[in-house]
Amino acid sequence: MTTMTVPQVPQPRPASSLPWVRHSLSLAGRSVRKMLRHPEQFFDVTLQPVLFLIIFVYVLGGAIAGSTQDYLQFVLPGILIQTVLFSTIAIGVNLNTDIKEGVFDRFRSLPIPRSAPLVGATIAECLRYAITIGVTMVAGFVMGFRTSTSPAKVAAAMLLVLFFAWCMCWIAIWLGMIMREAGSVQGIGFLALFPLTFGSSMFAATDTMPGWLQAWVKINPVTHLTDAMRGLLTGGPVAQDALIALGTSALILAVFAPLAVRAYRTKA
Amino acid sequence: MVVMTNHAIHAEGLTKHYGATTALDGIDLTVPEGTVLGVLGPNGAGKTTAVRILATLLRPDAGRATVAGHDVVKDPNAVRRSIGLTGQYASVDEQLSGRENLELFARLLDFTRPDARARAAELLEQFGLAEAADRRAKTYSGGMRRRLDLAASLVGRPAVIFLDEPTTGLDPSKRDDVWNMVRLLTSEGTTVLLTTQYLEEADALADAITVIDLGKVIAHGTASELKQIVGGRSLQVRPENVRDTADIRAVLSRITGRPVGEPIRGLLTAPIEDEQQFTNVVVDLASRGIPVTEISLSLPSLDEVFFTLTGQGASAPATTKELV
Repeated sequence: MTTMTVPQVPQPRPASSLPWVRHSLSLAGRSVRKMLRHPEQFFDVTLQPVLFLIIFVYVLGGAIAGSTQDYLQFVLPGILIQTVLFSTIAIGVNLNTDIKEGVFDRFRSLPIPRSAPLVGATIAECLRYAITIGVTMVAGFVMGFRTSTSPAKVAAAMLLVLFFAWCMCWIAIWLGMIMREAGSVQGIGFLALFPLTFGSSMFAATDTMPGWLQAWVKINPVTHLTDAMRGLLTGGPVAQDALIALGTSALILAVFAPLAVRAYRTKA
Repeated sequence: MVVMTNHAIHAEGLTKHYGATTALDGIDLTVPEGTVLGVLGPNGAGKTTAVRILATLLRPDAGRATVAGHDVVKDPNAVRRSIGLTGQYASVDEQLSGRENLELFARLLDFTRPDARARAAELLEQFGLAEAADRRAKTYSGGMRRRLDLAASLVGRPAVIFLDEPTTGLDPSKRDDVWNMVRLLTSEGTTVLLTTQYLEEADALADAITVIDLGKVIAHGTASELKQIVGGRSLQVRPENVRDTADIRAVLSRITGRPVGEPIRGLLTAPIEDEQQFTNVVVDLASRGIPVTEISLSLPSLDEVFFTLTGQGASAPATTKELV
């Protein structure tokens, strides 16, 4: 090998010691800017929880729980989780089309970690999830929902559902990477989420269901998440359900984040 | 004669298959520091695949390559630190403004926030985009987009730049803009690998030209060396009546002993060995009473080089026409 005298790029001093975090945050900034430029992306996370609350509480609440107010106390954590989980599909749909655009090839040609564009996008998604959570809580409060625990527990509930959604969004990303069409990502995502959300303790007490359904509801991680959320917001046991929900989230992340990154790397 | 210099790009035996299709069939490329290599070939020749491998977007199935002294497979991050890439695929985010794009890329290249801002402003100024800086890239014209793409690949002041068909689809005046920017870069010592379907572009910008076709290098040399392959000179005939074209083509073909290509902009061109052949053509056409409006002897164009090397026209005639 001859000595190389190719002029090297003057290396700018790293602005922080954690380039992976910094690159991901820069890319998250990109996603947030794009989101703000398409405010319609916020429709699903703002209007949907309000509509669902109204439908479930005022249309079905009296029939299910005998009183709309009692049902609101019961169903709000469920609606919160349901809306957040359904909004995790968007990232898969968006990345599926986004990745076909040239800018992702430029990202690949830059000296940044392979996963940074994906991690950046998920950080930006957390903003949408946080908005959903906020809107649902405010709408619920206006309708008469009241927490009966401490502010710390309420905050823990918000963080728990946010973390669960963040882990779940890696499944959507993975689908977005392996599916050819954005439409199929949406279709499969919705199909998978129906049994997970409606087949849980979200909308009705588990013991009112037939045995075969109870069997599924009891192992469904979303049931544990719902029960933990109820405990944190309106009182009741939390620890076991919260641990199961956290464990499931971590498991989903451990499986699907590497799958998603690998699928992204091999997608030319 | 090969002079020993440092090579900014060196590739040996690059091979890439897509299923049963062979995109690259053992390509060798060498670009000395501070020079421009034009990689010339028709659509589907393998140009883009070669660039994607050298820019670490794709891994070769076989062969090895170094860019700025770093192995593209073993040390891709070091390569990525040294290169800029502009192509129809490696572009910018259309939803962001020109400034936001450049600042993002600068941040990803580890510029501090103030440095990123300054570098973006500098490039926007240099590429005549200062006024449009805060408009979404989506609203840019084709020429502005290409300039922004080019600016985006220069953010990190790379030592090596890949330009994959930088002027495809641009009208002639915009193409001149891009050419001038490429010349500016090379005057600053940057090494450039440029792919093009346009012979004229390679001739205008490149120090050396590698011609590839069907994934193989079929010729390498300077523009004038390649022109010599054709035999030095060529004869050009413009028929007065289009219906005589076939007859004149047959005459040229018989006298020069080589196939003659389709007329380009009404002009038939044939490489010739010696001036006697020129006289023979004139006499032959006169004796047949075929009228011509122009008959001349000239140095060959790269179009003819390509025809001689591959037995077919280089790029689609329609796109070549747009350039002139």
